[in-house]
Amino acid sequence: MILRNLISVTDFCTSHDISQTLVVELKSYGLVEIVEEDNVQYIPEEELPKAEKVVRLYYDLDINLEGIEVITQLLNRMEDMQQEMTRLRNRLRLYE
Amino acid sequence: MSVEYIDYYKVLGVSKNASEKDIKKAYRKMARKYHPDVNPNDPTAEKKFKEVNEANEVLGDPDKRKKYDKYGKDWEHAEAFEQARQSQQRPRSGGGQQYSGDFGGHDFSDFFESMFGGAGGGGGFSQGGSQVKFRGQDFNAELRLQLRDAYTTHKQTLTVNGKNIRITIPAGIENGQTIKIKGHGGPGRNGGPKGDLYITFSIENNTPFKRDGSNLYKNVDLDIYTAVLGGEMTVDTFDGKVKLKVKPETQNGTKVKLKGKGFPIYRKEGQFGDLFITYDLKTPTNLSAREKELFKELAAIKK
Repeated sequence: MILRNLISVTDFCTSHDISQTLVVELKSYGLVEIVEEDNVQYIPEEELPKAEKVVRLYYDLDINLEGIEVITQLLNRMEDMQQEMTRLRNRLRLYE
Repeated sequence: MSVEYIDYYKVLGVSKNASEKDIKKAYRKMARKYHPDVNPNDPTAEKKFKEVNEANEVLGDPDKRKKYDKYGKDWEHAEAFEQARQSQQRPRSGGGQQYSGDFGGHDFSDFFESMFGGAGGGGGFSQGGSQVKFRGQDFNAELRLQLRDAYTTHKQTLTVNGKNIRITIPAGIENGQTIKIKGHGGPGRNGGPKGDLYITFSIENNTPFKRDGSNLYKNVDLDIYTAVLGGEMTVDTFDGKVKLKVKPETQNGTKVKLKGKGFPIYRKEGQFGDLFITYDLKTPTNLSAREKELFKELAAIKK
């Protein structure tokens, strides 16, 4: 069994001054993973950076959830491409 | 230290008589463009974002904007203004929203600090609403290594934000690879967990070997006599020497694989890639008369 640190959704929302409804919506859009234990909802600790980023994009940049979904996908693609670029750059060193 | 004047209107791309609404609009547009969350690992965007934030901190706050407009380029003489102002309670940064992207340091420019004091709008970024971060900030660091260092698993002590951290660098780490050191970022707030430390490795290679993942490549010179007749030669591997049997009639550019003599495979203790040796045939120079004669003889036989 893998032990995961869990952050209660209530704590997360209080700390960010956001409503729990938003977190439910984030979950329905597949933007954040929520786990439930004993009827309490939690965000796994490793999901926090993602959750906080989504909250920032939502409030700071006024982007709706559909937009955030698209951005997230594009950022993931960008990250994959950057990794591919690093791999290719390293291979290029063979010919330098 | 000379402090340079910053044209905040230029930073936001608005005119001097821009309305509050215009400024807010320009700021939001710039912030969307340069926000660190949509520009990951981009130091240029991060710098720009800080500038934009600072411009908004000043122009978005009527009080600060007034002071900035009044003293502008003569900002060094703004003390009188400042003294008068200090007797009043400093209002909360009225510039509205300040963004809280996941980036290092909320520092303002020297210009800002000379004019408005080190703390900025009450401790830098406003701490209301969605700006409060729960989880601590992630730190990013770059570590330079020599290829030789990446050959063995070793420990190294790093100083990150004044703290010493001892990390283990697994053998076989790649150039450009990033590893996460959990919990070594900034402290969380309101009981939130600490951020993480991300270390990106920059590996310099000043060895005669080329590396591709766990495989190593090297060219070695081969004299034509050994190439033609076959024989033995000693070749340097990454961690020693090996004796190679050269087959008779070996061609230029022939590649031989030395299994398990390459680079360690990342996180696979005791496993290694292969070393590929390519032969560069060297024809003899400065031939003596006798040598030339013999080569001519050889050539005649072949005809």
